[in-house]
Formats: sequence, structure tokens, C-alpha cells
Amino acid sequence: MIPAEFHYTAPESLEDAIQALVDGGEDAKLLAGGHSLIPLMKLRLAAPSLLVDLRKVPGLHGIERQDGAFRVGALTPHRKLEFSPELGIVAKVAAVIADPQVRHRGTIGGSLAHGDSASDLPAAMLITEAEVTLQGPDGQRSVTAADLFLDYMTTAVGEQEVLTEIRLPALDGWGSSYHKFNRRSEDWAMVAACAVVKANGSTCEDVRIGLTNMAAVPLRATAAEDALRGQELSPENIAKAAELAAEGTDPPSDLNASTEYKKHLARVMARRAIADSLAA
Amino acid sequence: MSVAEQPSGNVGKVMRRKEDPPLITGKGRYVDDITLPGMLWASFVRSPEAHATITSIDTSAAAAREGITAVFTGADMTDVPAPLPMAWAPPGVQVNNPEHWALAKDAVKHVGDPVAVVIGEDRYAVQDAVEDVFVDYEPLPVVVDPEQAIAGEPFVHDSLGTNRVHEWSLAGGDVEAGFAEADVVVERRVVNHRIAGAPIECRGVIAEYRPGQLTLYSATQVPHFVRLFMALLLGIGEDRVRVIAPDVGGGFGQKLQVYGEELVACWASRRLGVPVKWTETRSENMSVAHQGRDQISRVRMGAKRDGTITAFHVKILADFGAYNMILTPLIPSLGAFVMGGCYKIPNVQTDIVGVFTNKCPTDAIRGAGRPEATQMIEVTLDQVAHELDMDPVEIRRRNFIPAEDFPAATATGVVYDSGNYDGTLDKLLEHVDVPAFRAEQEKLRSEGVYRGLGFCTWTEICGLAPSRVTGPAGVGVQAGLWESAMIRVHNTGAVTVYTGTSPHGQGLDTAFAQIVADKLGVDPAVVEVVHGDTAIGPEGRNTYGSRSLATGGEAVCKATDKVVEKVKQIVAAELEAAPEDIEVAGGKFSVKGSPDKGMALADVAGVAYIGAVPEGMEPGLEETNFYDPENFVFPFGAHACIVDVDAETGKVKVLRYVAVDDCGNPVNPLLIDGQIHGGVVHGIGQALYERVHYDADGQLVTGTFVDYALATAAELPNFETDRTITPSPVNSMGVKGVGEAGTIAASAAVTNAVIDALRPLGVDYINMPLTPMRVWEAINEGSAAS
Repeated sequence: MIPAEFHYTAPESLEDAIQALVDGGEDAKLLAGGHSLIPLMKLRLAAPSLLVDLRKVPGLHGIERQDGAFRVGALTPHRKLEFSPELGIVAKVAAVIADPQVRHRGTIGGSLAHGDSASDLPAAMLITEAEVTLQGPDGQRSVTAADLFLDYMTTAVGEQEVLTEIRLPALDGWGSSYHKFNRRSEDWAMVAACAVVKANGSTCEDVRIGLTNMAAVPLRATAAEDALRGQELSPENIAKAAELAAEGTDPPSDLNASTEYKKHLARVMARRAIADSLAA
Repeated sequence: MSVAEQPSGNVGKVMRRKEDPPLITGKGRYVDDITLPGMLWASFVRSPEAHATITSIDTSAAAAREGITAVFTGADMTDVPAPLPMAWAPPGVQVNNPEHWALAKDAVKHVGDPVAVVIGEDRYAVQDAVEDVFVDYEPLPVVVDPEQAIAGEPFVHDSLGTNRVHEWSLAGGDVEAGFAEADVVVERRVVNHRIAGAPIECRGVIAEYRPGQLTLYSATQVPHFVRLFMALLLGIGEDRVRVIAPDVGGGFGQKLQVYGEELVACWASRRLGVPVKWTETRSENMSVAHQGRDQISRVRMGAKRDGTITAFHVKILADFGAYNMILTPLIPSLGAFVMGGCYKIPNVQTDIVGVFTNKCPTDAIRGAGRPEATQMIEVTLDQVAHELDMDPVEIRRRNFIPAEDFPAATATGVVYDSGNYDGTLDKLLEHVDVPAFRAEQEKLRSEGVYRGLGFCTWTEICGLAPSRVTGPAGVGVQAGLWESAMIRVHNTGAVTVYTGTSPHGQGLDTAFAQIVADKLGVDPAVVEVVHGDTAIGPEGRNTYGSRSLATGGEAVCKATDKVVEKVKQIVAAELEAAPEDIEVAGGKFSVKGSPDKGMALADVAGVAYIGAVPEGMEPGLEETNFYDPENFVFPFGAHACIVDVDAETGKVKVLRYVAVDDCGNPVNPLLIDGQIHGGVVHGIGQALYERVHYDADGQLVTGTFVDYALATAAELPNFETDRTITPSPVNSMGVKGVGEAGTIAASAAVTNAVIDALRPLGVDYINMPLTPMRVWEAINEGSAAS
């Protein structure tokens, strides 16, 4: 890798990391697992003046359950999520991020702060109704997943803030499934749908459906959710609801998929994800 | 593998690759591992425009940067007398060949065209300085689509007044008469899209010029060709130029080239008096190392009601990109030589038109013309079978050249050396139970699962040589394509083999050692194979076109035979016997029937080097052979692919891939399987995943491995391989090439499988790459039509 010149620091406390961001100015960047930032630097699409490496900052790792939710440290690698089945949909989503090498290095906090619309975790944050904790020079604040993703690769994380923790409500008793459509297993999602379903007998008590890469930010398929909520979870009802999954979306076409094809995929993936949620 | 008996010698035996331990433990020595004292780094300024006039280049800011030694442009290289080479001049054919300079002189013709080189003290400094070279471009109209390019303006090279490169045809029989006899004629527009070579090691060079001596390290398949052209372009005696290809991490044809970057590094080293190194980035490799395929063909096949093919006519429009590289316009012709495939077709014609576009040049990529030919034959033949309501297996059998016809002259006069096409197909059907598959397929369709079985029975032309055919008076390559070997038995009985081939991953160190070990009665472990250094060993013709065993290996055989002859004379004299009574057995040369009283090779070498040889004999034990075969070799095979297509999304999953190949006598079955595996991945990759794509402005869209989708292990099944053995009569070992076989066969087998799966949905053809969206669209169109 032949990036442009940059400075590097690895502070040993959160306070020092934030101070480094403040001192470094607008071209300072946080480095977590490096699996989004380093490729951009390699291609010189990103040229930060300072990298603030979080690897020595304590307290940013691990998963623990507290008050009906999981607190997940921002530096927790995807691999750890993948092998934490208690996380439900998040574990299932993490299991198909890129390849094992990426999952070992890439982190949940890094992925969310990067906010790539084709990445897997953001939509799962929407449907679990997660919150992230942001720590900055002026203190700490909480942002819901719905408010986190602002635009293509743009999030609510401020330039001088560190995303420290993710709070994932434990969806006890909910079924979940993730259907990711891509050409090769290691690829970004062309389109993906994640679903969590709370069934009461054969009735859908509640359902949430998230869509990946259908817009510049992750989306909830609310029309489909509304159509299914309170209905019997029959294949016909699921199919009818899933037909509404792409409603209101207008994903940009790209090399591999037209707008029309992506919308079609969203409907198919949503149907499969809802149906499979019942079995899991 | 079911070829049962293990041979008594080393040849034919499964042996692990002796070259692998350093390569798989990080101890290989690639160009980028080499550092020379005082070495400077080079980095290229490349055009972001697909077509533009260069109005000015301001190098001053870059030159003023710390650590920068020099910045050169095309205007500085006035002492280079000629443009980069194109080595194909077919008799009687006009080939438009615009000047192609190592650094663009006045205009750029594709994205990535180099316009300047920055030389400096470290790799980071030169990469930074590249961004400080300011080039003003006056954009010119861009043409990307070959069909648009052949129709007229805009021209890639205005001076030519056309985008046409050349026209070339090869015909046998009378295709129109053949079509007149046909009961069914199938027409297809077959697009064989552009792909990349994508070797794991990108290109790289280090040039070290000292007065009177140029040494160039290059990640190349063809060090001897590079030496010749560096000498010619720099005005240095060829004897004073040494080109070294150290460990080379794959080539796939991409490194069968004489590249401008090689010339610039040599020229700059001479100019600056220090070694100059350039290591290519992956982004550069994806945009400027030559690419392959990119043909649009109008294909017609006629057949009688009983399935007999009466005529096959192919009109190829071949997109060569912006320039002719060393063999660019020849590549589609390699397909024309086998356009009848393994079938007895009385009337075959191939018409080729080459065209320039504002894209990276194309040239040989694994298979080079033959995968394209095989795709056209096999997908069209399947449609003929469908229209005749015949089984795809049956129509193939009906048209195979019968085993008893070999050597078999095709309609175009090409003589296939040997073949038994029913044999490979029979063996394939031992692995694939077609009736059981069809029953399962029918049942699955009723459940909404679309499973397909596709076949490809194929042959190809390889072992590139012989000079009489390939050379100036024949096809028109301006070089003889023979091969050489030198065998040196050392004092101790160790053996060094010097080969003119230049392996870069094939396993020839092992294969050649096996061959030599048997003849000299030694362990393959003591046979060292040396290659890739023009200063060591005889002149050579390098590695490409599945030639290294059939030509290079045979040269090794013949040189070793000369050594054996001498050994036998020495042993006969020592043992007081007749030379014709000496044989090698159990690690010794001995008199037939008296194995106890023999001499090991080391004993013979002792005699030879002490000089106690029979009177009139030269001392020493070292022989050279130059081998120019009588003909090409024609490996063949029968492949089958089984896929599932998700009819809702269009996604294809390969469930099984069965390859039965025949490459003559096997030297090392493990190496054959390895080549087949790699080749099949390449072919499946093209069929389903890989595509080089430019947008309408000539910008490369697939410049990284995120967008250029190479198949990975996760997408592929375990391959099932088997083989039959039909020796080639062309060489003493009876061997044929196998490096390109899998690639030549696989894309057609996959395509036919997908179409077979989707016929109930009204799909009867899809062009590669069979991406999910493309398959989904075909299903939609098919369903709408039916």
C-alpha cells in the first residue's frame, strides 16, 4: 500500500483519543479495524493527515447483557458478533460480512461510523432499534440507529466524536433472518433484507424489516411491516406483504443491478427473510 | 483419478511440486523482493482521459520535490529509434499498426496510457510526486463499442482514417454450399466479453545499466523476447542485455508481452546511471496490463435433420483496444485454426476483422482465441440439437472426428495429431448419469427448482511451434517458435537442466526433473531445473500457448538422450561391452543381464570430467538440443457442468463440474489436475463473474477486485477430474499441453448448463457473463415470449 503521507498516534485513553481528534483538525480520522479506511487510503481516495488508532483505548471491546439490552463495545470485531448467537439477527448478519479475514479485523463501531449503504450491519441496527453512544469533547450523547445514518457514507458521528458503544435491545422471543444477495460470498450486498418477527401463535404480533443498499442509507420496509402486522403468518400474507418491500424506494442502478432489478430483489429477499424468521 | 497403474519410473507418477516449499513459505524471490544498491524508484503519470491530445506537461513541481531525481516525458526519449513492437506480419495481409510509444508523445488513447515517469529515492516519494505532474488534455471523441468503432468515426488513430486494424480469413470447403444442404440453420450473436489476466503478482521491473551491460529483472513469461526488443530499442548488442525472470507469480498470458514500462526503466537507468525499479500497483495492472477476449461474433451453423453439421461460418469482430501489442491481431486467428472443434465439418470459415477502440489493448490471455472458438461452437451446437430435438450428447457423437481418422486433416487443412473424442465422452458419462439427471431435473422443475446440465466437448491447438507454420512464411509471427534445453551433469552426478521455457507457476521444475531422472537413473531431487535467465543456458522461446512440455520438455528429452548416448559409450568402454548393450536400471548404467556391475551417473561423470574418456571423445558431460516439432499438439476433452439457477433472482450456482481431459501421456498427474483446476476456475470465472467493463466515456469501471469479480473457493464445487490417454505422435514422449485446457472448455459447459436449466422458461441463449441480472432479464424475456 502506497498511501499519501499521514501521521499516526495510538492514544491510551478515550480522552486522549478525543483530544487527538480535536488537535488533528478536520483531516484527522479514527482507525478501528481499518477495513474501510485503509482500502480508501490505498487507492488515495482518502488522505487523512492523522490517524488516531483506537487499539490501545480500554473499554471498547466485548458484549454484555444489561437491563434487557446488549452493550457491545465499538471495537468488537464482526467475528465475535458472529459467534454470539444471543445477539439474534446481528449475529446472523455478522456471519456473512465479507470473508473471515475481514470479520476478524473489521469492527461493529467502525462499520457503523463509516455508514456504507451496502454494508450489512446498519439495516440490522434499524430493526433492532439500536442506539449508539458517542463521546466527544463536550461529553456523551446517544443517537438512535434511525438518526445515525444521514446520507451516503455520512453519519451523525461528529468529527471529534468517538462511537464507543452500541446498545442492542434483546429481542427475546423474536425470530430473525438475513437474506443477502450478492454475486460472490465475499461481496457487498447487491440488496439485502433482514427481518425480525414476533409471532403470537400463527399471528404476526410485530415485524420489522430492514433493507440494505436500496438507498444512500439503510431503510425500514414500513409498508411491508404494516401489511403483515396483526395478520396471520401464512405464506400468502407474507408474500403479499413482501410485495410492498420496495415501496417508496428508488435505488440507483449500478454495474450489477438496475433500479428495477434491485427493487425486485428487495421484494424477494424480504419475503425469504420473513419466512425464514418463523423457523428461527 | 482412475488411471490406475503407477509407472515404474518417475514419469507418469504423482509427485509433489519440488519448487513449492519456498513459494508457499514466503521464501520465494520475486522482482519486488530484489533491492540493488543505489536503486531509484519509478512511478508513472497516467492519463485519466480515454482519448485526448496532450497540450502541455508541466513537470516542474514534481521535479522540485524532495527525493525526486528526474521526471521524463515522451519528448525525452528521442534516442529510442522505434515504437513498441508488434511481431505479427502475415503474408499478404495489411495490418494497420499505429505508433505506440512507451510514453505517449502527443496524444493518449486509453485511460492509463502513460505520459510521464517520475524517478526518485523511494516508492512513496515518486507516488506523491506523480500527483504534482500537471498535464493539460484536450479531450477528443471516445469510442468504446467495437461495433460503433468499425462503422466509422470517431477514430482512435486519426492518421489511419479508420478503426479497422485488419481483415483475415481462414476457410475450408464451401460454407454456402454447406448451408444449402442444411435442414436447420442456427444463427447467434455471440459476445465473448473482455477479461483480465489478474495474476497474483502484478508486473514489476528493475533495470540496471552499467556501461556495456544492461540487466533487467522483470516479472515476465518471455525473458528472451524482452531481451531481443530491449536490445533493438536501446541500440545495445543483444549479447550485452541480460533479462532475468526470477520467481514469477502467474502470467495467464498477461506477461507474454514486451511492455513500455520495461523499456522506460532500462532507458532511465542508462540515462541516470543507477538501477531503476518499478512495481506495478493492482490498480495499474487492472487498467494497463493487456486484457483478453472481447469479440463479438456472428455465428451460423447448419445441420442436416440427422444432426450432421454441414457448415459453420463465424464472423468475428475483435476489439483490440487502443494499440497493437506484440501479438494482438494474431489472437483471434488461433481460434480459427480449430473452428471446427472436435467435429468433422466439411465447410468451415472464419472471417476476422480487428478494430481499435479507446480501451486497454488486448492480447493473449489464457486460451487466446480458442476459448472464444469453443464457446461459439458448443453453444451453437446445443441450439442445433435443441431445434432438431436431439440429445446434446448424441449430436456430439454424430459429428466427432472418428478415432480411426487420426492424424486428421480438417476442412481448413489443419492436421490434428491424435484424438479419441468418444473415449473422453464415454469416460465423462461414467461420472455423469445423464438419464438419472434428466429424471431428477424433471422432478425438480415441478418443485420450481431449475437445474441444468451442460456439456462441452472440445479440442484445441497448442504447443506453440512449429516454426515452419508459425513463422514469417507461415502464419506470420516474426520469430521461430522452437525450444531449447541444455543438460549439464556435474562432477558429482548432480544434474542441471537449462530450459528456454520460462515457467511461472506451472510446475515444470518438477516435470522436467522427472523426465531427466528416468533417463539418467537418478533421483528427481538431484535434478535442478534452471530457467528465466537469458545469461544462463541456451537461447529460448519462453512459456505460453501450452508449449512448455510439448516443445520445451521434448527438447529436454532430446538433450538428455544425447547425454545418455555419451554415458553409454563411456560405460561400455569401462565395462568392456558394446554401447548398445548398456541400459539404465536401478540407478545404474549396466550391461543388460548383469545389473550388479553397473556405474551410477556420478561414476560416469567422474570418468568424463577426469578426461578418461574413450579415444576421440570430448571430455565433460553436457549436451544441448534445439527442438522444432513437425506439428502442433491437440489436447481434447469432455466436460460437464451442473448448475442450479434461482429463477426468481437469476443467480447461478455451480453444483458439479466434471472434467475428463486427454493431454497425451501424463508426466505428472498432479500437475495436470492442478492445471485443469486453475483453468476451469478461469473459465467458470468468465462465464459467471469476471468482466472488464468500460463506460461510454472510456472510463474503466472494474478497476479493483471489488468490481472485477474473480471466482473464489466459496463459489466453486470440488472439481471432479479424470482422463484418458491418447499419446501424441508429434513428440517422443507422446505429450500435449494442458495449461489452457480447462479455460478453453469451461465457459461453454457453464453456459450450456444454464441454458439447459432455463429452457422451460423460454430461454434459449444468454451471452456471458451470466450475471444474476442478465439471467433474470433473460428469464423475463423468455417468459414474455412464450
